[in-house]
Amino acid sequence: MTTTIDVASIRRDFPILHTRVGGRPLVYLDNAATTQKPVAVLSALEKHYKESNANIHRGVHYLAERATDAYELARKTVAGFLNAARSEEIIFVRGTTEGINLIAQSYGFPFLGEGDEILLTTMEHHANIVPWQLVCERNGAKLRIIPVTDSGELDMEAFTALLSERTKIVSLAHASNALGTVNPVKAMVDKAHACGAIVLLDGAQAVGHFPVDVQDLDCDFYVFSGHKLFSTTGAGVVYGKYDRLQSMPPFQGGGDMINKVTFEKTTYKRPPGRFEAGTPNIGGAVALGAAIEYLGGLDRLALLEYEHDLLQYATGLLSEIEGLKIYGRASEKVSLISFTLEGVHPHDIATVLDADGIAIRAGHHCTQPLHRHYGISATARASFAYYNTREEAEKLTASLKKIKLLFG
Amino acid sequence: MSELTELYQEIILDHNKYPRNYGSLVDFTAKGEGNNPLCGDEVTVYWKLGSGAIEAISFQARGCAISQASASMMTRILKGKSVAEAQELFQLLRRHLTQADGDKEFPEKLGDLAALAGVRKYPARIKCATLAWHALFDKMGGSAQGRELLIRGD
Ligand SMILES: Cc1ncc(COP(=O)(O)O)c(C=O)c1O
Repeated sequence: MTTTIDVASIRRDFPILHTRVGGRPLVYLDNAATTQKPVAVLSALEKHYKESNANIHRGVHYLAERATDAYELARKTVAGFLNAARSEEIIFVRGTTEGINLIAQSYGFPFLGEGDEILLTTMEHHANIVPWQLVCERNGAKLRIIPVTDSGELDMEAFTALLSERTKIVSLAHASNALGTVNPVKAMVDKAHACGAIVLLDGAQAVGHFPVDVQDLDCDFYVFSGHKLFSTTGAGVVYGKYDRLQSMPPFQGGGDMINKVTFEKTTYKRPPGRFEAGTPNIGGAVALGAAIEYLGGLDRLALLEYEHDLLQYATGLLSEIEGLKIYGRASEKVSLISFTLEGVHPHDIATVLDADGIAIRAGHHCTQPLHRHYGISATARASFAYYNTREEAEKLTASLKKIKLLFG
Repeated sequence: MSELTELYQEIILDHNKYPRNYGSLVDFTAKGEGNNPLCGDEVTVYWKLGSGAIEAISFQARGCAISQASASMMTRILKGKSVAEAQELFQLLRRHLTQADGDKEFPEKLGDLAALAGVRKYPARIKCATLAWHALFDKMGGSAQGRELLIRGD
């Protein structure tokens, strides 16, 4: 297969990829946990603090205007990235976790009641489980869980059967951080809407791999973390349809989210301001804008094709290792592979790989219910980005074979 | 490979592959459970107390080689010990795994547990090495000393 992307040149954009670990070149395969940051992002951040730093929405001085403009420009950039209908539909938060909590509290708390149902899936990250349990505890709503098949896909018949007029929210991962599965979210949104339910998509593992169009998906909410999109930690996004946001009470109270405060009564700003109390992560928003610009300069469909090829290649190599079992064999996957190796605990795998300079994740990846479903407590996970190479997949394979010998 | 072979010494790999005193006890007087929320590892320790001593002890676990080997070695060294002796050993082990005596040789008293010394270079794994011990003393730690140890945590 031919690809049009120049990986060597892309790798030069990411200084950290040239780290050496105990004399060996770093092989970074923990991209699902967090991605690395290109120079474009790092310098945008530095430039912001050197040339535009001030608090936003509050000052009339030169720097305050520059900072406010930069922050609002980042919002526009994100809106364009998701193809939101308007930039007021973009709320900056700390990350996916805070985003889901925002929706659970500002939508779940006021609009859900006794007997209402929230549909999740077995493969959800704890960040898309626990906030809903808080809603259930408070409001008497119930969780219903869409099961997964052995190959790691959602059981769509079960989904259809679970939908009813009691279903108020369907909240699920666009792509799974543990299985890699890309869920058929567009069809699911249609079905949920037909039942009168709204849909939240957790895009944490999606946006870094393929383009997302929220209007095409017609989802009500979409959330993601900047740090998984080649930007910094501490800044993420909630997209919400404007009318929906307009109907919702604030998430947190404080400065910047109000129109007028008296001790008797306070009135709130319109979205998105209503949901951004206090000084936000201005630098993080600017960096996120820069990350999106950086991606915009690459051919995203070519990147996707490249990652797909890399996934196939790595899957082939790993499958040849005796005793290695891959969890997640969906027909549509993002480029990550979770696996177990007979006789060797995932933690030991990760420690030994680390000695070879290879960074992977071991554990339950914040998806304990999914692991329990498969009867295991942990997996090892190698997750790839477009800056990873076939050679790195080969190194991973060679190290895994060594581990088998060591623990044999 | 040197730090790695120090971590995964023969004896660790052996206890991992062939854990001793594995399974539950038919006539246990108590059991303690431990889990590491970070990684989902789980261990259950069963024991039988008689006249102030650990007459029998066993464990069941899902965990890494370090936690598995440490649990296995623990059952061997604690069998027949009085509760006070057992607690003393735990304290000694912890001191040698963590900062207090982290640079010293393991004392003779700790026997095979000296094989855990390699863990000191991997701070993230110290919890693995003490998981089963915590499961035991969390439940057993009746003495003031034991409780104080647990409150400080690892
Ligand atoms: C699918 C999914 N949802 C939610 C999260 C939580 O993201 P964050 O920790 O950035 O809030 C993650 C990150 O691990 C994830 O992979």
